Amino acid sequence: MTALLEVSDLFKTFGSGEAETRVLRGLSLTLAVGEMAALLGPSGSGKSTLLTILGTLMKPTSGCYTMLGQDLVTADDRALTEFRNRHIGFVFQFHNLLPDFTALENVVFPTAVREGRETEQARERGRELLVRMGLEARVDFPSANLSGGQKQRVAVARALMNRPELVLADEPTGNLDRDSAMQVMDLIAEINRDEGTTFLISTHDEKIASLCARQIVVGDGLVTG
Amino acid sequence: MLYGLKIATRYLTASKAQTALLVLGVAVGVFIFIFMSALIGGLAEFILSRTVGDISHITIQAEDPDPAVLIDDDGHVLAAIERGRARTATLPDAATYLPLIKSVPGVVAVSPQIGGAGFLARGAQVAQVSVTGLEPGRESAILNLRGYIVEGSERLGSGIVVLGETLADDLSLRLGQTLRLQSSTGASAVLTVGGIYDTGNGMIDGSSVYVSLPTARTLFALPQGVTRIEIKLSDLNAADTTALRIAALTGLDAVPWTDGAEQLMEALDAQAQTGYFLKTFALITIVIGVASALLLSTYRRRPEIGIMRAMGAGRGFVIFVFVTQGALVGLLGGLSGAALGYLALLPFPSRDAFEAGTLPMDITQGSYGLAITLTVIGAILASILPARSAARVDPVTAIGQ
Ligand SMILES: Nc1ncnc2c1ncn2[C@@H]1O[C@H](COP(=O)(O)OP(=O)(O)O)[C@@H](O)[C@H]1O
Ligand SMILES: [Mg+2]
Repeated sequence: MTALLEVSDLFKTFGSGEAETRVLRGLSLTLAVGEMAALLGPSGSGKSTLLTILGTLMKPTSGCYTMLGQDLVTADDRALTEFRNRHIGFVFQFHNLLPDFTALENVVFPTAVREGRETEQARERGRELLVRMGLEARVDFPSANLSGGQKQRVAVARALMNRPELVLADEPTGNLDRDSAMQVMDLIAEINRDEGTTFLISTHDEKIASLCARQIVVGDGLVTG
Repeated sequence: MLYGLKIATRYLTASKAQTALLVLGVAVGVFIFIFMSALIGGLAEFILSRTVGDISHITIQAEDPDPAVLIDDDGHVLAAIERGRARTATLPDAATYLPLIKSVPGVVAVSPQIGGAGFLARGAQVAQVSVTGLEPGRESAILNLRGYIVEGSERLGSGIVVLGETLADDLSLRLGQTLRLQSSTGASAVLTVGGIYDTGNGMIDGSSVYVSLPTARTLFALPQGVTRIEIKLSDLNAADTTALRIAALTGLDAVPWTDGAEQLMEALDAQAQTGYFLKTFALITIVIGVASALLLSTYRRRPEIGIMRAMGAGRGFVIFVFVTQGALVGLLGGLSGAALGYLALLPFPSRDAFEAGTLPMDITQGSYGLAITLTVIGAILASILPARSAARVDPVTAIGQ
């Protein structure tokens, strides 16, 4: 088993004095390449905080974080932006898509922003991903007009666009009805099986978590199970 | 950064009404800028053509030699040059200078003249007049006599005098009648009225008379030389530099019209300042409008900016997207404002046909290119603050998980 990422002794504290919230308190975690893991824990337990740190969108107060052999705690904004673009995909619960762009335009964004333009090659891959997500009829649809489940599937396609090693999904199904949620989870499982992409999916839904091979439970700022 | 341009245009076209309003606001600012430029420029043109269009742009006036005495070691006066009394100061070598002056770039007309004081007598009536001798055949070189003639002709020949309507009325003179003109030197001539003019200038109409240069020579006992050389230029704003050039070339004291026109120049200057002031305000309005609209837009699009940053868009990319929006708004507003300004100025008479009572708008002085350039630059500057605030958006709080 090869480690994709490793965090150790992670601390994250918000605010100071009276308002001080110590969210992560020495958390350590390793994810192997190709894992499909659920991040479980009650609301407010720090799931989103951990995902944001793993996604290099926020720095921990202290602790170590390496992924693909790179130290991501000391790297500067430019290096992290580049790293995110190439190696990490995101699926968020809300505000996922750019509403003024079509489904396909949203999907190709990570590639286009890196290459400075939308190439036909990128559009071709974007189209394939949307077809894979069962959205062939919605390729050129304005993303604002898609249903919640469709939006999340577009978001999954976009997260996969640059063939990242890791996809972080923060309650990707939290907003969806049961059927749409299952459809999204099935697609994620399929990608994980076929392409070996590592997924870390936060949820407080046991049923969703049971679809993942590994369950990581956080509580009191630590991994408890 | 083709892709950044695509995002920027999409953002602008996504909220069409808002963008249209913003562009319209910018266009109105540009319109005011252009309107002010055309008005201030046209007004200056109008005032100058009315006040100095008809006068000599550079004048070389003969000077009396300064009184001087030569005193020997014992204090005896050996020689003295007194200031002439009866004799007028002259430019004796005028004939040699004229071709030289004509060859100076920008000079369109050179008029050698003999001027002096005299008395006009018609029967018992006498009027004091200022007499000017002009080259026959080139009477309208400086003052457009031909254009002001109401009766007869401006042509001067031997025994002909041309005078103003006011003077003619004062002395009950009519075309073809004769009069006696006596100069300050005592010589006199009997002349026939060959033409009557009306310039609208009280001095010229009421107390000036024009005779031919040979007639003036007799009257003022000047067998050669002239007392004054008047010069007209193609560009009256070049008077100062051209005068210096002529002075250097001839050694004569060439005086540009701007000497002694300080008040006029100050008035024109103040007018231009007012124009700059209003144009600056128009630009400031544009800058504030663009800045506030874009600031609002960055605020509204915070979640999207967060998403883009999470997907690997750098700060530079975000700045580019918003600055490009500003530049596009500036360009669109600038172009449409300039077009609007041009269309609005079309109905005004051209600069050669200004009429009293209408605004002397000069469509050629709209500064269209300058207006568009300054607007684009202003809009880009205005978008820097919003763009920087957009680039500083924290993806975590913006996405708000
Ligand atoms: N930016 C922040 N400032 C202050 N407190 C925060 C911030 N982000 C999260 N928190 C706090 O940290 C705790 C964990 O939040 P979060 O990671 O969102 O938990 P979860 O995703 O498991 O619900 C909560 O108590 C929350 O109020
Ligand atoms: Mg959360």
